[in-house]
Amino acid sequence: MTSSSSYSGLEEASSKPHLCGAAKRGSAAVPHHSNPDRPETPIIEFREVGKSYGTFTILDKLSFSVRPGEHLALIGPSGSGKTTILRLLMTLETVTAGEILIDGRSLNREERSGKIVQASEAHLRRMRAEIGMVFQHFNLFPHKTVLENVTLAPVLTSRLSKEEAKNRAFELLDKVGLTNKADEYPARLSGGQKQRVAIARALALQPKILLLDEITSALDPELVEEVLSVITDLRNETNMTMLLVTHEMSFAKDFADRVLFFEQGKIIEDGPPAKIFQEPDHERTRSFLRKVIAAGQRV
Amino acid sequence: MESFDSLVSYAWFILGGAAATLELTVLSCTLGLIVSLIAGLSLLSKKLLVRWAARTYIELFRGTSLFVQLFAAYFVLPLAGIPLSPIQAGVLAIGLNGGAYGAEVVRAAIQAVGNDQREATIALNLTRWQAMRWIIFPQAVPLMLPTFGNLAIETMKATAIASLISVSELTFQAQMVRTQTGGTALPFITILITYLAIASMMMALVRWLERRLSRGLVSVRT
Ligand SMILES: Nc1ncnc2c1ncn2[C@@H]1O[C@H](COP(=O)(O)OP(=O)(O)OP(=O)(O)O)[C@@H](O)[C@H]1O
Ligand SMILES: [Mg+2]
Repeated sequence: MTSSSSYSGLEEASSKPHLCGAAKRGSAAVPHHSNPDRPETPIIEFREVGKSYGTFTILDKLSFSVRPGEHLALIGPSGSGKTTILRLLMTLETVTAGEILIDGRSLNREERSGKIVQASEAHLRRMRAEIGMVFQHFNLFPHKTVLENVTLAPVLTSRLSKEEAKNRAFELLDKVGLTNKADEYPARLSGGQKQRVAIARALALQPKILLLDEITSALDPELVEEVLSVITDLRNETNMTMLLVTHEMSFAKDFADRVLFFEQGKIIEDGPPAKIFQEPDHERTRSFLRKVIAAGQRV
Repeated sequence: MESFDSLVSYAWFILGGAAATLELTVLSCTLGLIVSLIAGLSLLSKKLLVRWAARTYIELFRGTSLFVQLFAAYFVLPLAGIPLSPIQAGVLAIGLNGGAYGAEVVRAAIQAVGNDQREATIALNLTRWQAMRWIIFPQAVPLMLPTFGNLAIETMKATAIASLISVSELTFQAQMVRTQTGGTALPFITILITYLAIASMMMALVRWLERRLSRGLVSVRT
Protein backbone atom coordinates (compact mmCIF):
# COMPACT_ATOMS: atom_id res chain seq x y z
CA MET A 1 0.00 0.00 0.00
CA THR A 2 2.58 2.56 1.01
CA SER A 3 4.27 4.24 -1.82
CA SER A 4 6.99 6.81 -1.99
CA SER A 5 6.15 8.52 -5.25
CA SER A 6 3.96 11.59 -5.17
CA TYR A 7 0.36 11.99 -6.19
CA SER A 8 1.37 13.78 -9.34
CA GLY A 9 -2.06 15.12 -10.22
CA LEU A 10 -2.39 16.71 -6.84
CA GLU A 11 0.97 18.42 -6.81
CA GLU A 12 -0.04 20.01 -10.03
CA ALA A 13 -3.27 21.23 -8.52
CA SER A 14 -1.67 22.81 -5.54
CA SER A 15 0.96 24.60 -7.58
CA LYS A 16 -1.77 26.36 -9.52
CA PRO A 17 -2.24 29.94 -8.38
CA HIS A 18 -5.11 30.40 -5.98
CA LEU A 19 -8.15 31.98 -7.50
CA CYS A 20 -8.00 34.87 -5.12
CA GLY A 21 -4.22 34.94 -5.06
CA ALA A 22 -4.10 34.88 -1.30
CA ALA A 23 -2.16 31.95 0.07
CA LYS A 24 1.26 30.79 -1.02
CA ARG A 25 2.15 27.15 -1.03
CA GLY A 26 5.37 25.68 0.24
CA SER A 27 6.95 22.52 -1.07
CA ALA A 28 5.21 19.20 -0.69
CA ALA A 29 5.09 17.38 2.63
CA VAL A 30 6.12 20.44 4.63
CA PRO A 31 3.27 22.04 6.51
CA HIS A 32 2.95 25.67 5.51
CA HIS A 33 3.58 28.17 8.16
CA SER A 34 2.96 31.80 7.81
CA ASN A 35 4.88 33.92 5.42
CA PRO A 36 6.76 36.60 7.40
CA ASP A 37 5.93 39.34 4.86
CA ARG A 38 2.24 38.75 4.79
CA PRO A 39 0.14 36.77 7.20
CA GLU A 40 -1.27 33.79 5.39
CA THR A 41 -5.00 33.75 4.67
CA PRO A 42 -6.55 30.78 6.46
CA ILE A 43 -7.81 28.22 3.99
CA ILE A 44 -10.84 27.73 6.22
CA GLU A 45 -12.24 30.22 8.65
CA PHE A 46 -15.39 29.81 10.75
CA ARG A 47 -16.66 33.17 11.99
CA GLU A 48 -19.25 32.81 14.73
CA VAL A 49 -20.94 30.05 12.77
CA GLY A 50 -24.31 28.89 13.98
CA LYS A 51 -26.30 25.87 12.88
CA SER A 52 -29.69 24.96 14.20
CA TYR A 53 -32.59 22.80 13.15
CA GLY A 54 -35.68 24.69 14.20
CA THR A 55 -35.16 25.47 17.85
CA PHE A 56 -32.47 22.83 18.27
CA THR A 57 -29.03 24.45 18.17
CA ILE A 58 -26.05 22.34 17.21
CA LEU A 59 -23.41 24.99 16.70
CA ASP A 60 -23.47 28.39 18.32
CA LYS A 61 -20.95 31.11 17.46
CA LEU A 62 -18.27 28.62 16.52
CA SER A 63 -15.03 30.26 15.42
CA PHE A 64 -11.77 28.66 14.34
CA SER A 65 -9.45 28.74 11.39
CA VAL A 66 -7.27 26.30 9.52
CA ARG A 67 -3.98 27.05 7.78
CA PRO A 68 -3.36 25.76 4.28
CA GLY A 69 -1.86 22.30 4.38
CA GLU A 70 -2.85 21.66 7.97
CA HIS A 71 -3.96 18.16 8.97
CA LEU A 72 -6.74 18.49 11.44
CA ALA A 73 -8.38 15.74 13.47
CA LEU A 74 -11.82 16.48 14.89
CA ILE A 75 -12.64 14.30 17.87
CA GLY A 76 -15.30 14.30 20.52
CA PRO A 77 -18.31 12.43 21.80
CA SER A 78 -21.19 11.39 19.58
CA GLY A 79 -23.50 14.26 18.69
CA SER A 80 -20.89 16.95 19.39
CA GLY A 81 -21.25 18.41 15.89
CA LYS A 82 -18.18 17.02 14.07
CA THR A 83 -20.11 15.72 11.07
CA THR A 84 -22.14 18.91 10.97
CA ILE A 85 -18.95 20.95 10.57
CA LEU A 86 -17.83 18.89 7.57
CA ARG A 87 -21.30 18.98 6.04
CA LEU A 88 -21.43 22.76 6.37
CA LEU A 89 -18.08 22.97 4.58
CA MET A 90 -19.29 20.66 1.80
CA THR A 91 -22.47 22.82 1.57
CA LEU A 92 -24.63 19.77 2.27
CA GLU A 93 -26.14 21.86 5.06
CA THR A 94 -26.68 25.59 5.18
CA VAL A 95 -25.23 27.83 7.84
CA THR A 96 -27.94 29.49 9.92
CA ALA A 97 -25.73 32.25 11.40
CA GLY A 98 -22.27 33.69 10.89
CA GLU A 99 -19.97 33.02 8.00
CA ILE A 100 -17.55 30.44 6.67
CA LEU A 101 -14.62 31.68 4.58
CA ILE A 102 -12.71 29.45 2.19
CA ASP A 103 -9.40 30.93 1.17
CA GLY A 104 -10.70 34.35 2.21
CA ARG A 105 -13.92 34.10 0.22
CA SER A 106 -17.31 33.65 1.82
CA LEU A 107 -18.82 30.22 1.34
CA ASN A 108 -22.36 30.98 2.42
CA ARG A 109 -22.75 34.57 1.28
CA GLU A 110 -22.06 36.49 -1.86
CA GLU A 111 -22.30 40.04 -3.07
CA ARG A 112 -24.92 40.75 -5.67
CA SER A 113 -25.59 44.26 -6.95
CA GLY A 114 -23.93 45.77 -3.91
CA LYS A 115 -25.82 43.69 -1.37
CA ILE A 116 -24.61 40.75 0.67
CA VAL A 117 -27.03 37.89 0.08
CA GLN A 118 -27.29 34.15 0.72
CA ALA A 119 -25.02 32.25 -1.65
CA SER A 120 -26.71 31.19 -4.88
CA GLU A 121 -26.33 27.72 -6.35
CA ALA A 122 -23.82 29.14 -8.87
CA HIS A 123 -21.70 30.62 -6.06
CA LEU A 124 -21.85 27.36 -4.12
CA ARG A 125 -20.68 25.45 -7.17
CA ARG A 126 -17.68 27.75 -7.60
CA MET A 127 -16.77 27.35 -3.94
CA ARG A 128 -17.25 23.57 -3.90
CA ALA A 129 -14.61 23.25 -6.58
CA GLU A 130 -11.99 23.61 -3.82
CA ILE A 131 -13.47 20.96 -1.52
CA GLY A 132 -13.77 17.19 -1.68
CA MET A 133 -15.39 14.77 0.73
CA VAL A 134 -15.17 11.08 1.55
CA PHE A 135 -18.23 9.67 3.29
CA GLN A 136 -18.61 7.08 6.02
CA HIS A 137 -20.72 4.88 3.74
CA PHE A 138 -18.65 5.51 0.59
CA ASN A 139 -21.65 6.69 -1.47
CA LEU A 140 -20.24 5.21 -4.65
CA PHE A 141 -22.47 5.21 -7.71
CA PRO A 142 -23.62 1.57 -7.92
CA HIS A 143 -24.58 1.72 -11.61
CA LYS A 144 -21.15 2.96 -12.66
CA THR A 145 -17.94 0.99 -12.81
CA VAL A 146 -15.02 1.89 -10.57
CA LEU A 147 -13.37 3.74 -13.44
CA GLU A 148 -16.58 5.61 -14.30
CA ASN A 149 -17.03 6.57 -10.66
CA VAL A 150 -13.64 8.27 -10.76
CA THR A 151 -13.87 9.87 -14.21
CA LEU A 152 -17.50 11.04 -14.09
CA ALA A 153 -17.11 14.31 -12.18
CA PRO A 154 -13.93 15.63 -13.88
CA VAL A 155 -15.53 15.06 -17.28
CA LEU A 156 -18.97 16.47 -16.38
CA THR A 157 -17.49 19.53 -14.72
CA SER A 158 -15.35 19.95 -17.88
CA ARG A 159 -12.11 19.99 -15.99
CA LEU A 160 -10.66 17.21 -18.12
CA SER A 161 -11.24 15.53 -21.44
CA LYS A 162 -12.40 11.91 -21.35
CA GLU A 163 -8.88 10.76 -22.15
CA GLU A 164 -7.21 12.91 -19.50
CA ALA A 165 -9.79 11.90 -16.92
CA LYS A 166 -9.13 8.26 -17.67
CA ASN A 167 -5.39 8.71 -17.33
CA ARG A 168 -5.77 10.52 -14.06
CA ALA A 169 -8.24 7.91 -12.81
CA PHE A 170 -5.73 5.15 -13.51
CA GLU A 171 -3.00 7.09 -11.71
CA LEU A 172 -5.26 7.50 -8.69
CA LEU A 173 -6.49 3.91 -8.78
CA ASP A 174 -2.86 2.87 -8.88
CA LYS A 175 -2.23 4.94 -5.77
CA VAL A 176 -5.04 3.22 -3.93
CA GLY A 177 -4.01 -0.16 -5.33
CA LEU A 178 -7.13 -0.84 -7.39
CA THR A 179 -6.23 -0.60 -11.08
CA ASN A 180 -7.23 -4.24 -11.43
CA LYS A 181 -10.78 -3.38 -10.32
CA ALA A 182 -11.29 -0.53 -12.80
CA ASP A 183 -14.05 -2.31 -14.70
CA GLU A 184 -15.86 -3.81 -11.74
CA TYR A 185 -19.10 -2.47 -10.33
CA PRO A 186 -18.90 -1.30 -6.69
CA ALA A 187 -21.16 -4.13 -5.51
CA ARG A 188 -18.34 -6.55 -6.28
CA LEU A 189 -15.82 -4.79 -3.99
CA SER A 190 -15.07 -5.18 -0.30
CA GLY A 191 -15.77 -2.25 2.02
CA GLY A 192 -12.12 -1.30 2.14
CA GLN A 193 -11.87 -1.36 -1.63
CA LYS A 194 -15.03 0.73 -1.94
CA GLN A 195 -13.65 3.34 0.40
CA ARG A 196 -10.38 3.48 -1.54
CA VAL A 197 -12.35 4.06 -4.74
CA ALA A 198 -14.27 6.82 -2.97
CA ILE A 199 -10.97 8.43 -2.01
CA ALA A 200 -9.72 8.25 -5.61
CA ARG A 201 -13.04 9.71 -6.79
CA ALA A 202 -12.74 12.68 -4.43
CA LEU A 203 -9.11 13.27 -5.45
CA ALA A 204 -9.91 13.25 -9.16
CA LEU A 205 -11.23 16.80 -8.81
CA GLN A 206 -7.97 17.91 -7.16
CA PRO A 207 -9.53 19.60 -4.16
CA LYS A 208 -7.44 21.85 -1.93
CA ILE A 209 -9.44 20.72 1.07
CA LEU A 210 -10.33 17.10 1.74
CA LEU A 211 -13.01 16.22 4.29
CA LEU A 212 -12.99 12.71 5.76
CA ASP A 213 -15.92 11.71 7.96
CA GLU A 214 -15.35 8.50 9.91
CA ILE A 215 -14.22 6.85 6.75
CA THR A 216 -13.33 3.56 8.42
CA SER A 217 -16.18 3.18 10.87
CA ALA A 218 -18.38 1.21 8.44
CA LEU A 219 -15.56 -1.24 7.72
CA ASP A 220 -14.72 -4.65 9.14
CA PRO A 221 -11.72 -4.26 11.45
CA GLU A 222 -9.37 -6.12 9.12
CA LEU A 223 -10.10 -3.68 6.29
CA VAL A 224 -9.41 -0.50 8.26
CA GLU A 225 -5.66 -0.62 7.79
CA GLU A 226 -5.69 -0.52 3.98
CA VAL A 227 -7.78 2.64 4.01
CA LEU A 228 -5.76 4.36 6.72
CA SER A 229 -2.51 3.67 4.90
CA VAL A 230 -3.90 5.41 1.80
CA ILE A 231 -4.74 8.41 3.98
CA THR A 232 -1.30 8.37 5.55
CA ASP A 233 0.29 8.42 2.08
CA LEU A 234 -1.92 11.29 1.04
CA ARG A 235 -1.04 13.18 4.17
CA ASN A 236 2.68 12.73 3.59
CA GLU A 237 2.82 13.28 -0.13
CA THR A 238 0.44 16.13 -0.86
CA ASN A 239 -0.14 19.53 0.62
CA MET A 240 -3.88 19.29 0.72
CA THR A 241 -5.60 20.62 3.80
CA MET A 242 -7.26 17.63 5.44
CA LEU A 243 -10.01 17.51 8.05
CA LEU A 244 -10.49 14.10 9.58
CA VAL A 245 -13.40 13.20 11.83
CA THR A 246 -12.60 9.98 13.64
CA HIS A 247 -13.19 7.82 16.66
CA GLU A 248 -9.81 6.10 16.18
CA MET A 249 -7.64 8.00 18.62
CA SER A 250 -4.39 6.31 17.70
CA PHE A 251 -4.86 7.21 14.06
CA ALA A 252 -5.84 10.79 14.96
CA LYS A 253 -2.58 11.03 16.88
CA ASP A 254 -0.46 9.81 13.96
CA PHE A 255 -2.34 11.76 11.35
CA ALA A 256 -2.93 15.17 12.82
CA ASP A 257 -0.76 18.27 13.22
CA ARG A 258 -3.58 19.64 15.29
CA VAL A 259 -6.49 18.14 17.16
CA LEU A 260 -9.80 19.80 17.98
CA PHE A 261 -11.82 18.24 20.76
CA PHE A 262 -15.51 19.09 20.51
CA GLU A 263 -18.30 18.83 22.98
CA GLN A 264 -21.84 20.06 22.36
CA GLY A 265 -20.75 22.10 19.38
CA LYS A 266 -17.94 23.87 21.22
CA ILE A 267 -14.19 23.52 20.89
CA ILE A 268 -13.00 22.41 24.32
CA GLU A 269 -9.44 21.69 23.37
CA ASP A 270 -7.27 22.81 20.45
CA GLY A 271 -3.64 21.83 20.09
CA PRO A 272 -1.05 19.37 18.83
CA PRO A 273 -1.91 15.69 19.38
CA ALA A 274 0.88 15.19 21.93
CA LYS A 275 -0.74 17.78 24.15
CA ILE A 276 -4.38 16.80 23.68
CA PHE A 277 -3.76 13.12 24.24
CA GLN A 278 -1.13 13.36 26.98
CA GLU A 279 -1.89 16.50 28.95
CA PRO A 280 -5.25 18.00 28.01
CA ASP A 281 -6.29 21.17 29.81
CA HIS A 282 -9.78 20.04 30.62
CA GLU A 283 -11.23 17.32 32.76
CA ARG A 284 -13.89 16.70 30.10
CA THR A 285 -11.21 15.77 27.59
CA ARG A 286 -9.56 13.45 30.09
CA SER A 287 -12.83 11.71 30.88
CA PHE A 288 -13.57 11.33 27.15
CA LEU A 289 -10.14 9.76 26.61
CA ARG A 290 -10.60 7.47 29.62
CA LYS A 291 -13.87 6.25 28.16
CA VAL A 292 -12.23 5.64 24.81
CA ILE A 293 -9.43 3.68 26.47
CA ALA A 294 -11.94 1.73 28.53
CA ALA A 295 -13.66 0.82 25.27
CA GLY A 296 -10.44 -0.91 24.26
CA GLN A 297 -8.63 1.71 22.20
CA ARG A 298 -4.96 2.46 22.45
CA VAL A 299 -4.27 6.19 22.83
CA MET B 1 -73.91 -24.23 -37.17
CA GLU B 2 -71.67 -22.28 -39.48
CA SER B 3 -69.05 -23.81 -41.63
CA PHE B 4 -65.45 -24.08 -40.45
CA ASP B 5 -64.36 -21.83 -43.31
CA SER B 6 -66.57 -18.97 -42.27
CA LEU B 7 -65.45 -19.35 -38.66
CA VAL B 8 -61.86 -18.97 -39.78
CA SER B 9 -62.67 -15.96 -41.89
CA TYR B 10 -64.51 -14.31 -38.97
CA ALA B 11 -61.53 -15.00 -36.75
CA TRP B 12 -59.26 -13.39 -39.32
CA PHE B 13 -61.59 -10.43 -39.50
CA ILE B 14 -61.30 -9.97 -35.74
CA LEU B 15 -57.54 -10.40 -35.80
CA GLY B 16 -57.44 -7.60 -38.34
CA GLY B 17 -58.27 -5.40 -35.34
CA ALA B 18 -55.01 -6.38 -33.68
CA ALA B 19 -53.14 -3.89 -35.86
CA ALA B 20 -55.21 -1.00 -34.53
CA THR B 21 -54.93 -2.32 -30.96
CA LEU B 22 -51.15 -2.47 -31.29
CA GLU B 23 -51.04 0.97 -32.87
CA LEU B 24 -53.13 2.45 -30.05
CA THR B 25 -51.04 0.62 -27.46
CA VAL B 26 -47.67 1.71 -28.82
CA LEU B 27 -48.70 5.32 -29.34
CA SER B 28 -50.55 5.62 -26.01
CA CYS B 29 -47.65 4.04 -24.10
CA THR B 30 -45.19 6.39 -25.80
CA LEU B 31 -47.28 9.45 -25.01
CA GLY B 32 -47.93 8.15 -21.49
CA LEU B 33 -44.23 7.56 -20.89
CA ILE B 34 -43.20 11.01 -22.07
CA VAL B 35 -45.92 12.68 -20.02
CA SER B 36 -45.06 10.54 -16.96
CA LEU B 37 -41.47 11.69 -17.08
CA ILE B 38 -42.32 15.35 -17.55
CA ALA B 39 -45.04 15.37 -14.90
CA GLY B 40 -43.05 13.15 -12.52
CA LEU B 41 -39.98 15.40 -12.69
CA SER B 42 -42.22 18.47 -12.40
CA LEU B 43 -43.61 17.12 -9.13
CA LEU B 44 -40.04 17.35 -7.79
CA SER B 45 -39.35 20.81 -9.20
CA LYS B 46 -38.13 23.60 -6.97
CA LYS B 47 -40.69 25.92 -8.57
CA LEU B 48 -44.08 25.93 -6.89
CA LEU B 49 -45.92 26.78 -10.11
CA VAL B 50 -44.43 23.79 -11.93
CA ARG B 51 -45.30 21.43 -9.08
CA TRP B 52 -48.78 22.84 -8.94
CA ALA B 53 -49.35 22.43 -12.70
CA ALA B 54 -48.23 18.79 -12.58
CA ARG B 55 -50.39 18.10 -9.55
CA THR B 56 -53.46 19.61 -11.26
CA TYR B 57 -52.94 17.48 -14.36
CA ILE B 58 -52.56 14.31 -12.31
CA GLU B 59 -55.61 14.93 -10.12
CA LEU B 60 -57.70 15.88 -13.15
CA PHE B 61 -56.90 12.69 -15.03
CA ARG B 62 -57.06 10.36 -12.06
CA GLY B 63 -60.23 11.95 -10.75
CA THR B 64 -62.28 11.52 -13.93
CA SER B 65 -62.94 8.35 -15.86
CA LEU B 66 -61.12 7.40 -19.03
CA PHE B 67 -64.53 7.13 -20.65
CA VAL B 68 -65.24 10.82 -20.03
CA GLN B 69 -61.73 11.80 -21.13
CA LEU B 70 -62.08 9.89 -24.38
CA PHE B 71 -65.43 11.50 -25.19
CA ALA B 72 -64.05 14.92 -24.31
CA ALA B 73 -61.13 14.36 -26.68
CA TYR B 74 -63.32 13.11 -29.51
CA PHE B 75 -66.45 15.25 -29.18
CA VAL B 76 -65.47 18.36 -27.21
CA LEU B 77 -62.05 19.25 -28.63
CA PRO B 78 -63.52 19.66 -32.16
CA LEU B 79 -65.84 22.32 -30.70
CA ALA B 80 -62.69 24.11 -29.56
CA GLY B 81 -61.36 23.92 -33.11
CA ILE B 82 -59.21 20.82 -32.59
CA PRO B 83 -60.75 18.01 -34.62
CA LEU B 84 -59.08 14.67 -33.95
CA SER B 85 -59.32 11.37 -35.78
CA PRO B 86 -60.65 8.48 -33.63
CA ILE B 87 -57.13 7.09 -33.28
CA GLN B 88 -55.71 10.48 -32.30
CA ALA B 89 -58.46 11.05 -29.75
CA GLY B 90 -57.93 7.54 -28.36
CA VAL B 91 -54.18 7.99 -28.03
CA LEU B 92 -54.55 11.41 -26.44
CA ALA B 93 -57.05 10.25 -23.81
CA ILE B 94 -55.45 6.88 -23.03
CA GLY B 95 -51.90 8.31 -23.07
CA LEU B 96 -52.68 11.26 -20.81
CA ASN B 97 -54.64 9.01 -18.48
CA GLY B 98 -51.75 6.55 -18.18
CA GLY B 99 -49.31 9.46 -17.79
CA ALA B 100 -51.15 10.68 -14.71
CA TYR B 101 -50.53 7.34 -13.00
CA GLY B 102 -47.01 7.05 -14.42
CA ALA B 103 -46.03 10.45 -13.05
CA GLU B 104 -46.44 9.22 -9.48
CA VAL B 105 -44.34 6.16 -10.30
CA VAL B 106 -41.55 8.37 -11.66
CA ARG B 107 -41.69 10.66 -8.64
CA ALA B 108 -41.66 7.79 -6.14
CA ALA B 109 -38.77 6.00 -7.90
CA ILE B 110 -36.65 9.15 -8.02
CA GLN B 111 -37.31 9.82 -4.36
CA ALA B 112 -36.43 6.24 -3.53
CA VAL B 113 -32.85 6.76 -4.72
CA GLY B 114 -30.96 7.37 -1.51
CA ASN B 115 -30.01 10.79 -0.28
CA ASP B 116 -26.41 9.61 0.02
CA GLN B 117 -26.28 9.48 -3.78
CA ARG B 118 -27.50 13.08 -4.00
CA GLU B 119 -24.93 14.17 -1.46
CA ALA B 120 -22.15 12.47 -3.40
CA THR B 121 -23.16 14.44 -6.50
CA ILE B 122 -22.96 17.68 -4.53
CA ALA B 123 -19.55 16.76 -3.16
CA LEU B 124 -18.45 16.09 -6.74
CA ASN B 125 -19.77 19.49 -7.79
CA LEU B 126 -22.29 18.24 -10.34
CA THR B 127 -25.19 20.50 -11.24
CA ARG B 128 -28.69 19.44 -10.21
CA TRP B 129 -29.42 18.53 -13.80
CA GLN B 130 -26.22 16.47 -14.21
CA ALA B 131 -26.96 14.68 -10.96
CA MET B 132 -30.44 13.80 -12.18
CA ARG B 133 -29.31 12.81 -15.66
CA TRP B 134 -26.29 10.68 -14.77
CA ILE B 135 -26.79 9.48 -11.21
CA ILE B 136 -30.31 9.69 -9.85
CA PHE B 137 -32.47 8.95 -12.89
CA PRO B 138 -30.48 5.91 -14.11
CA GLN B 139 -30.86 4.36 -10.66
CA ALA B 140 -34.56 5.22 -10.55
CA VAL B 141 -35.34 3.54 -13.88
CA PRO B 142 -34.94 -0.07 -12.65
CA LEU B 143 -37.25 0.83 -9.75
CA MET B 144 -39.89 2.18 -12.14
CA LEU B 145 -39.80 -0.70 -14.60
CA PRO B 146 -41.99 -3.31 -12.89
CA THR B 147 -44.76 -0.77 -12.24
CA PHE B 148 -44.35 0.68 -15.71
CA GLY B 149 -44.75 -2.82 -17.12
CA ASN B 150 -48.08 -3.14 -15.32
CA LEU B 151 -49.16 0.32 -16.45
CA ALA B 152 -48.29 -0.55 -20.06
CA ILE B 153 -50.51 -3.62 -19.87
CA GLU B 154 -53.30 -1.57 -18.27
CA THR B 155 -52.90 0.87 -21.16
CA MET B 156 -53.11 -1.95 -23.68
CA LYS B 157 -56.31 -3.24 -22.09
CA ALA B 158 -57.70 0.29 -21.95
CA THR B 159 -57.40 0.61 -25.73
CA ALA B 160 -60.63 -1.43 -25.96
CA ILE B 161 -62.48 1.71 -24.96
CA ALA B 162 -61.56 3.25 -28.33
CA SER B 163 -64.13 0.88 -29.87
CA LEU B 164 -66.73 3.32 -28.50
CA ILE B 165 -65.54 5.97 -30.94
CA SER B 166 -65.41 3.42 -33.76
CA VAL B 167 -61.71 2.66 -33.93
CA SER B 168 -61.71 -0.77 -35.56
CA GLU B 169 -59.48 -2.46 -33.00
CA LEU B 170 -59.95 -5.94 -31.53
CA THR B 171 -62.99 -5.28 -29.36
CA PHE B 172 -64.73 -3.29 -32.08
CA GLN B 173 -64.19 -6.08 -34.62
CA ALA B 174 -65.41 -8.67 -32.15
CA GLN B 175 -68.58 -6.67 -31.55
CA MET B 176 -69.14 -6.46 -35.30
CA VAL B 177 -68.87 -10.21 -35.68
CA ARG B 178 -71.15 -10.73 -32.71
CA THR B 179 -73.88 -8.49 -34.07
CA GLN B 180 -73.61 -10.03 -37.51
CA THR B 181 -73.51 -13.68 -36.50
CA GLY B 182 -75.15 -13.63 -33.11
CA GLY B 183 -72.29 -15.88 -31.92
CA THR B 184 -70.57 -14.81 -28.71
CA ALA B 185 -68.03 -17.54 -27.98
CA LEU B 186 -65.89 -17.21 -31.08
CA PRO B 187 -65.38 -13.43 -31.04
CA PHE B 188 -64.70 -13.23 -27.33
CA ILE B 189 -62.41 -16.26 -27.15
CA THR B 190 -60.48 -14.86 -30.11
CA ILE B 191 -59.91 -11.45 -28.53
CA LEU B 192 -59.22 -12.96 -25.13
CA ILE B 193 -56.38 -15.03 -26.57
CA THR B 194 -55.09 -12.11 -28.63
CA TYR B 195 -55.04 -9.68 -25.68
CA LEU B 196 -53.29 -12.33 -23.63
CA ALA B 197 -50.67 -12.85 -26.34
CA ILE B 198 -49.97 -9.12 -26.61
CA ALA B 199 -49.73 -8.82 -22.82
CA SER B 200 -47.22 -11.68 -22.57
CA MET B 201 -45.08 -10.11 -25.28
CA MET B 202 -45.09 -6.85 -23.37
CA MET B 203 -44.17 -8.59 -20.11
CA ALA B 204 -41.26 -10.33 -21.81
CA LEU B 205 -40.04 -6.99 -23.14
CA VAL B 206 -40.21 -5.39 -19.69
CA ARG B 207 -38.30 -8.27 -18.10
CA TRP B 208 -35.62 -8.01 -20.75
CA LEU B 209 -35.33 -4.25 -20.10
CA GLU B 210 -35.12 -4.85 -16.37
CA ARG B 211 -32.16 -7.15 -16.86
CA ARG B 212 -30.46 -4.72 -19.26
CA LEU B 213 -30.93 -1.61 -17.13
CA SER B 214 -30.00 -2.90 -13.72
CA ARG B 215 -26.34 -3.55 -14.42
CA GLY B 216 -24.30 -3.04 -11.26
CA LEU B 217 -27.50 -3.09 -9.22
CA VAL B 218 -28.37 -6.75 -9.84
CA SER B 219 -25.77 -8.33 -7.63
CA VAL B 220 -27.08 -6.26 -4.74
CA ARG B 221 -30.60 -7.50 -5.26
CA THR B 222 -30.14 -11.22 -5.82
N1 LIG C 1 -30.97 16.71 10.09
C1 LIG C 1 -30.92 16.88 11.43
N2 LIG C 1 -32.00 17.30 12.10
C2 LIG C 1 -31.96 17.47 13.43
N3 LIG C 1 -30.87 17.25 14.18
C3 LIG C 1 -29.77 16.82 13.57
C4 LIG C 1 -29.71 16.62 12.16
N4 LIG C 1 -28.46 16.21 11.84
C5 LIG C 1 -27.78 16.16 12.98
N5 LIG C 1 -28.55 16.51 14.03
C6 LIG C 1 -28.12 16.59 15.43
O1 LIG C 1 -27.00 17.42 15.50
C7 LIG C 1 -26.12 16.99 16.54
C8 LIG C 1 -24.72 16.89 15.98
O2 LIG C 1 -24.69 15.89 15.02
P1 LIG C 1 -23.37 15.44 14.28
O3 LIG C 1 -23.76 14.40 13.33
O4 LIG C 1 -22.68 16.64 13.75
O5 LIG C 1 -22.51 14.82 15.47
P2 LIG C 1 -21.15 14.02 15.39
O6 LIG C 1 -20.21 14.73 16.28
O7 LIG C 1 -20.73 13.79 14.01
O8 LIG C 1 -21.57 12.65 16.07
P3 LIG C 1 -21.08 11.16 15.76
O9 LIG C 1 -19.77 11.02 16.43
O10 LIG C 1 -22.14 10.31 16.38
O11 LIG C 1 -21.03 11.02 14.27
C9 LIG C 1 -26.67 15.68 17.05
O12 LIG C 1 -27.33 15.94 18.27
C10 LIG C 1 -27.66 15.26 16.00
O13 LIG C 1 -28.72 14.53 16.57
MG1 LIG D 1 -20.55 12.09 12.77
